Amino acid sequence: MATQPFDVAELRTNIAKRRRWDVIFGLVGLVATMVGVVVLLTLFIDLIIDGWQHVTNKAFFLNFPSRRPAEAGILSAWVGTALVMVVTFLAAAPLGVAAAIYLEEYAPKNWLTELIEVNVTNLAAVPSIVYGLLALGLFVYILGFGHSILTAGLTLALMILPVIIVATREALRAIPLDIREAAYALGATRWQVVSDHLVPYASGGILTGVIIGMARAIGETAPLITIGALTFIAFLPPIPFTGEPPAGPFDWLFSPFTVLPIQMFNWLSRPQPAFHELAAGVGIVIIVATLLMNGIAIWLRYRIRRNLTW
Amino acid sequence: MTETSSLVATPTSFAEQRSRSSKKTREGKERVIEWLLFLAAFSAVATTVAIVVILLYEGWSFFAHVSLKEFFTHTQWTPLFAKPEFGVLPLLTGTFVIAFIAILVAVPLGLLVAIYLSEFAPYRVRETVKPFLELLEGVPTIVYGYFALLFVTPLLQKLIPGLSGFNMLSPGIVIGIMITPYVASVSEDAMRAVPMALREASYAMGATRWQTATKVVLPAATSGVVASFILGISRAVGETMVVAIAAGQQPNFTFDPREPAATITAYIVQVAMGDLPHGSIGYQSIFAVGLVLMAITLLFNIIGQYIRNHWREVY
Repeated sequence: MATQPFDVAELRTNIAKRRRWDVIFGLVGLVATMVGVVVLLTLFIDLIIDGWQHVTNKAFFLNFPSRRPAEAGILSAWVGTALVMVVTFLAAAPLGVAAAIYLEEYAPKNWLTELIEVNVTNLAAVPSIVYGLLALGLFVYILGFGHSILTAGLTLALMILPVIIVATREALRAIPLDIREAAYALGATRWQVVSDHLVPYASGGILTGVIIGMARAIGETAPLITIGALTFIAFLPPIPFTGEPPAGPFDWLFSPFTVLPIQMFNWLSRPQPAFHELAAGVGIVIIVATLLMNGIAIWLRYRIRRNLTW
Repeated sequence: MTETSSLVATPTSFAEQRSRSSKKTREGKERVIEWLLFLAAFSAVATTVAIVVILLYEGWSFFAHVSLKEFFTHTQWTPLFAKPEFGVLPLLTGTFVIAFIAILVAVPLGLLVAIYLSEFAPYRVRETVKPFLELLEGVPTIVYGYFALLFVTPLLQKLIPGLSGFNMLSPGIVIGIMITPYVASVSEDAMRAVPMALREASYAMGATRWQTATKVVLPAATSGVVASFILGISRAVGETMVVAIAAGQQPNFTFDPREPAATITAYIVQVAMGDLPHGSIGYQSIFAVGLVLMAITLLFNIIGQYIRNHWREVY
């Protein structure tokens, strides 16, 4: 080496040059990654600048929509969203968890199981508007549920089912085999193992999946427009479980409705800027609700991951 | 369950009989539960079948009126006019131009993010940024629609004079940003699955991080990365609200991204807003285009899944 000092110098510059590429890409990569964070912040600030005046106004939450922007509010929309979410939760959570338990703990290895697995994977990738078409044909017309809260809740439930199934399966899979073997060794039946041990231990992960699914459902617009949700509703559905039996307690299920994202779409479709500001107000409400739910789910997951001790 | 007396009593003691019969009911209960759980899981298959049957059934009535030749060759889509035209091409060009712009944004950005997070980022940065990306994925599409119409479009109008208020460029870019976290996370999963030994070997040869990332890890993860692009396209094609809000809802047979256009999804929304009578040709037309949409996304998904699972290098 000492006889060729020239080569060493060249080698050094060469190495330095390559190292510079590392530094450059480190920065480029960081910037690219930050694009997401910046977009999220821009979006939020943009909404707040336009819509803050409405969110801080109590009347915005207590008024019905109106042709006069100054008096317009989202009462029917947030009540509608809340009721639809109740139906979605009641339909999707038990069905999704049960399906996951079957696939993870009961299913034999055969073509039928394989078929179910393939379907769950593919359903997760079906565009949400296609669920709307399914619901329009099946729930609205064939089953005759009409353009109702029930139809909307079931539509969204079908849509988020794969999310809940996948999350629940992951949570069940994370439970070590020892737990199952110990319970079986004491003479527990399969269902006793599932209901007394697996489901309680997986409850954190299941909850995370349900929350993420509900967060997706709350902001979903396209399938509900497709089933014919109304955009202008100036009344509230009957208060659940108060009417006279037999039909009274459940008549709210068949009531027409609107939800927050559809109200936002409606206001956004109008040309006047005053309505765009109202849309921004609804946007803030929706985004706070979804980010809050997603945030809770992400936090829950990181906590569970940290506290995993068997 | 067994009382002490049963130990001394005859084998057919009352206690043992009770235990036997309760074992029988318990087994019956177990079988019923297993059946219920199976039915829940089978609902996934039922849903798929229902989607296909409904789309085919309503689509069938549509194609009884409109020939396949007209559907796929005519360049006018005006089913609700007095003299209706049923050429799906304008909806397809709108759909694919927007999806193309989206993927043009999402591929470089998603790939950079994936390489950075998987090969460059310090642990702390990764753990801080990933939840943010997940949050970005959780933002409702209607909010992105607002962003496209009232933030991105005005911004683009300053850069491109004469850009109309509704155009394909703005929703394309916004959808691109929207699917970036998804493309990045699928790609990153693929890169992380590349065994450490390959990286160690590369570093041992004196390669830098950049060289290791681009010449060792990326080639080894090709299948997953390509799959992420294809699955990303599928998402862009199925996206609805952003285009319904910002692209203008007018079927337009053009490849110029500065012009307004309608996509398949935007058309479905437009018709559904208008409360068409059940059974009319307009009502059937949304199922016909829905069938096309379903076929496109299914095709991309199958290709994407296949590449991810079958082209994978096994170490």
